[in-house]
Amino acid sequence: MRIGIDVGGTNTDAVLMDGTAVVSSTKTPTTANVSEGIARALRDVIADSGINTETIDGVMIGTTHFTNAVVERKHLTPTACIRLGLPATVCLPPMVDWPLDLRDIVGGNAHLAHGGHEFDGREISAFEPDEVRDIAEKIKAAGLNAIAISSVFSPVNSTFEEQSAEIVRSVIPNANITLSSEIGRIGLLERENAAIMNSCLRQLAARTVDGFKAALDELQIASPFYISQNDGTLMNADFAKEYPVLTFASGPTNSMRGAAFLSGLKDAIVVDVGGTTTDIGVLQHGFPRVAALAVEIGGVRTNFRMPDTYSIGLGGGSLIQEDPLKVGPRSVGYELTEKALVFGGDVLTTTDVIVAGGGEDIGNKHAVSGLDAGLVTAVQARIMEMIAIAVDRMKTSATPVPVIVVGGGSILVTGEIEGASEIIKPDHFPVANAIGAAIAQVGGECDRIFSLAELSRDEALDQAKQEASDRAINAGAAAESVDIVDVEEVPLAYLPGNATRIMVKAVGDLVGA
Amino acid sequence: MRLLYEENIEDIALGAAVLGTGGGGDPYVGKLMAREAVRQYGPVELYTLDELDDDDLIVPSAGMGAPIVIVEKLPAGDDMIRAFQALGKYSGRTPRGTMSIEAGGLNSIMPIYVAARLRIPMVDCDGMGRAFPEIQMTIFTAYGITASPFAMSDERGNVLLMDTVSNKWVETFARSCVVHMGAEGMIALYSATVKQLKEAAIYGTITLAEEIGQTVRDARINEANPVDAVRAAVGGFLIFRGKITDVDRRIEGGWNRGDATMAGTGEFEGQALKLDFQNEHLAVRVNGEFAATVPDLIAVLDGETGEPITTEALRYGMRVAVIAFPCAPQWREPDALKLAHPRYFGYDVDYIPVEERYRGL
Repeated sequence: MRIGIDVGGTNTDAVLMDGTAVVSSTKTPTTANVSEGIARALRDVIADSGINTETIDGVMIGTTHFTNAVVERKHLTPTACIRLGLPATVCLPPMVDWPLDLRDIVGGNAHLAHGGHEFDGREISAFEPDEVRDIAEKIKAAGLNAIAISSVFSPVNSTFEEQSAEIVRSVIPNANITLSSEIGRIGLLERENAAIMNSCLRQLAARTVDGFKAALDELQIASPFYISQNDGTLMNADFAKEYPVLTFASGPTNSMRGAAFLSGLKDAIVVDVGGTTTDIGVLQHGFPRVAALAVEIGGVRTNFRMPDTYSIGLGGGSLIQEDPLKVGPRSVGYELTEKALVFGGDVLTTTDVIVAGGGEDIGNKHAVSGLDAGLVTAVQARIMEMIAIAVDRMKTSATPVPVIVVGGGSILVTGEIEGASEIIKPDHFPVANAIGAAIAQVGGECDRIFSLAELSRDEALDQAKQEASDRAINAGAAAESVDIVDVEEVPLAYLPGNATRIMVKAVGDLVGA
Repeated sequence: MRLLYEENIEDIALGAAVLGTGGGGDPYVGKLMAREAVRQYGPVELYTLDELDDDDLIVPSAGMGAPIVIVEKLPAGDDMIRAFQALGKYSGRTPRGTMSIEAGGLNSIMPIYVAARLRIPMVDCDGMGRAFPEIQMTIFTAYGITASPFAMSDERGNVLLMDTVSNKWVETFARSCVVHMGAEGMIALYSATVKQLKEAAIYGTITLAEEIGQTVRDARINEANPVDAVRAAVGGFLIFRGKITDVDRRIEGGWNRGDATMAGTGEFEGQALKLDFQNEHLAVRVNGEFAATVPDLIAVLDGETGEPITTEALRYGMRVAVIAFPCAPQWREPDALKLAHPRYFGYDVDYIPVEERYRGL
């Protein structure tokens, strides 16, 4: 059996699953000390099902804790950055576009050194070990041991980053080093930003993951535990301590993965209706489609794989303005159960309209019996129109696709969605996110530019697939279960040569799970 | 003369993306370069042509190569300065200032870096009033201003100087040399005297970009309609509102080509639009009839935010507005029109200015 836990900003959800069956589920408020909330959720699902903790094979945890740390500027470790690429890149040093308050906290300790590669794998300049050693001495003298290392086109060739890490470790034995090539894609500043954030979160990650472990120990759960990543795959506890940034935006991902699992569909649109917003995402081969553009975290641009979601200001708590008719984006949010008409409040919300329309029996339905029937119909139509437009925006073609509706605000979906082949509201929809965590696999990726002068296209694709598979196996996947789930090729424009960027994603089942 | 500060640069970058008509490279890296240089060296002096002496030599600065490379191999900075100075040296004259060759995209803003570092004037004009993919596609070519002498430098310190028999030859040689520089080279070209520029250059394009950026920003703050604000700022026409129903892309000869189809919404309900692009948006047809073509400018904006959408970012389902606006009048003279005529890009159609097509609407 597996337990999936999703620690959100408001609620901590947990589910106990036996194979593909949901045995029990719970929702508890998130606590300031994340581990306490997790312990409570664990206790609830275990007590609820009455199982023996020895039958638990794994605990999968999804958390927004590390994203929040960056957004709130809390628990961040001062971090140095070494960038290899001289003489290129000088005019835009590391952290150049960070909000100043965050840069102050992280320390702005940045160094440039020779090295780096061209898009086609040639060296920009020779690597100079002594130069890196001198920089390491300076970082040591500054009392820092958290370090991020980036190198130009390291997604094409990461050897200079690796060599630098070795030298830094020889100078600072307890160095905590993140290589940009381990995290990000093409786009030096964004990839480097992610690497720096990763290093500055590692101390917090170690404490947090140890806290999770302690919570499990307390409940005498001896099984291994895993943390969910934003691509819908898992990392083990040690890996999570190393790569906390990979948890960013894992919440929406888990929701989508849970929706895929609950509906049995691998290609669909997922509509996650909350209290204030509705997030729409796309499942491709059972995984969330990845955003193509830069995503800002706490004011810092990053470009590592994030789920491509589109949010609209529509939820169960959205306010309704009657003339002219307007639904959202303002919302009563978590105060729904005090302010909505059906809960004795004096604010007209979407939930009131759905109750008045007879779609749902929540709170005191007599409080809305006097609502104008025309208004009710108009609001319901507007809600469906808003969802339909957002769904359509996320589709890749006009072909109708299935739409899976999850989240606490699912009651808002009362009719047909234009462009949907079917609408599925699976069981257990309020805890789809925890289910997404529980069922996750492990994965690996490759994102590189290949010069097709030396390689045939097929050879390049094979290399990329091999690299992605190797990474999945390194992350804990059983080799025989590894599958390539996504391949994308983008030829480079404005160039007469034949260079192409290939992105491959592989996933497999956890060893022994 | 007026001074450009950090906040001006933000607006110019946004406006440059509109004038980039879908191409020209994301101004982000250029914006950061300009901003950092202004932080370090102080505000840049922006001059109109009238404020300079007729004999002053102006040398435009730019970058060339693959936009995806510049976000990875960030410029050294020195490479831009080196190309600029090499050109002055070869010409035997000290340039008085610099300017943009291309008002749209990344290259609109990169010269601000040179102006800030060398503390020389930036001139409020350019050679296209928009973005185009090839070096010879400028008004200057039509007016006999030569792209050569041409200087290109990389971060290593290599400087290539070219003296060619035509502007098209600069494009041919530079495009293959830039690959050896790692698909990114900083260039200086089209040096001209203020007297020549007064005749050939497109005036006020930096200020125009800034006004567009400011307009969008204000419209967002005031919750006004940003699409309408952009349309008004550029003196253009709303061609279409609709949703993208299909995007077809292909790479041809190193260029990113393709087309997008859209279905009309609101007042355009029931109408269909086809947009053709090659790095930039080149032509739009509404219900099969051409509605606007190069050299007029075609911008695709997010229907809600007014944010310009690049050709790479066009995707099924997006709700967009398409606006078109007149190119600089110089483009409509016979010699210039040849360089950017719809036929040069493979459309068998006469060029009809967008305001003539939309007269009376």
